Amino acid sequence: MPDAEAPDGSQWPLWEVFTQPGKGKPHEHAGSVHAPDAEMALQNARDVYTRRGEAVSLWVVPADQIVASSPSDSGPFFDPGNDKPYRHPQFYKAPRGVKVF
Amino acid sequence: MTPLFTYLCRLGDDRLILGHRLSEWAGHGPILEEDIALSNIALDLLGQANNFLHLAGQVEGQGRDEDALAFWRTDVEFQNTRLVELPIGDFGFTMARQFLFDAYSVHLLDALTRSSHAELAALATRALKEDRYHLRHSAEWLVRLGDGTEESHGRIARGLEECWRFTGELFAADAVDEELLNGGVAADLAVVQDRWLETVQEVLGRATLEVPAGDQGPPPNVRRSNHTEHLGHLLSVMQITARSHPGASW
Repeated sequence: MPDAEAPDGSQWPLWEVFTQPGKGKPHEHAGSVHAPDAEMALQNARDVYTRRGEAVSLWVVPADQIVASSPSDSGPFFDPGNDKPYRHPQFYKAPRGVKVF
Repeated sequence: MTPLFTYLCRLGDDRLILGHRLSEWAGHGPILEEDIALSNIALDLLGQANNFLHLAGQVEGQGRDEDALAFWRTDVEFQNTRLVELPIGDFGFTMARQFLFDAYSVHLLDALTRSSHAELAALATRALKEDRYHLRHSAEWLVRLGDGTEESHGRIARGLEECWRFTGELFAADAVDEELLNGGVAADLAVVQDRWLETVQEVLGRATLEVPAGDQGPPPNVRRSNHTEHLGHLLSVMQITARSHPGASW
C-alpha cells in the first residue's frame, strides 16, 4: 500500500556510483544511491560505499544519463563473436617467460 | 582533578553525548542514505570520545579507563556543553545543532593540532580530518534546507533559533581554559569563536538564512557541570547495559 504521507516525487533521482579501489586502477561500478543533486550524491556515495576505506576516488553519474544496451539486443549484439574463434589470440604461441597477455 | 583531566573530559563528553544523540537517528533517517550518513558521523564522534576519554583516564592516573568514565559517572560529573545533550527534535533541529557544533569543532581541533601536549595534538589531528567531512555534510544540508521550500526553510531557521542561546557556552572560557592556555595546551576560545562566526555567516548566507539575533548565553554562573533535564534521561539509556552487567565484555 502506498504511503499516504509521502508527497509526490518524494523519491530523489538515482545516481550510479563508481569507486576506484586504488591509484591507477579502473573505476568500478559499486551500486547506486538516491540524492537530490550531484554534491549530495557524492556525499551519499562516500557514506554508503567507501566508509571502510574501499576507495581513493568516486564517480557518481545520473542513472538516466547512462545509455545501456537492451536485453533484447543481446543476440545481435553479442552472439556473433562466439563463432569467430579467430578473433581470439589463442592461436599464437606465447614466447617463453610470458605469463599473461 | 587536574585542569588537563577536566579539559580532556570536556572534549570527550561533547563528542560522546552528541554521538549518542545522533545514534538515535539509526533506523529513523529521512532516507536510507542519510540514515547511514548520520550513523557514520555518530560512530566517528564515539571514536573520538573514546580516544579523548582514554587519554583523560591516563592523565588522571586513578585506573579509570574510557568505559569507566563514560558509563560510571553521574550527570553532574559530565563536562559536556548543554547544546549537545538537547533532544534530537526534527531533522531541521538535528542539522542546525550539528552544523553549529561541527563549525565549532573544526576550528577548535584545528587550534589543538598546535597544542604543546603532543598526544592531545595527535588526537586533534586525527579527529579534525573526520570533522572537516562532518562540517561539509551539515553545511550542505543547511544550504539545501534553507534555500529549499518554505517548510524546510522554516524548520531549519527554527532549529537555529532554538540552538542559538546554547552556543555561547561553547566559547565560555573558565579557569581550566586559562591555565591550560598559558601552557600552550588549550585552544584560545576567543579566536575559535571569531572563526566559528565567520563560518556560520558564510554558510547561512549561502542558505538564505539569517544569523539568529538573540543572546548566545550562557547565563551567568553556568558551569560545564550544569545540565538540562535531558542529560539524565540520555544517561539512563546510555549507561543501563554497562551498569546492569558490570564488567561484562562483548
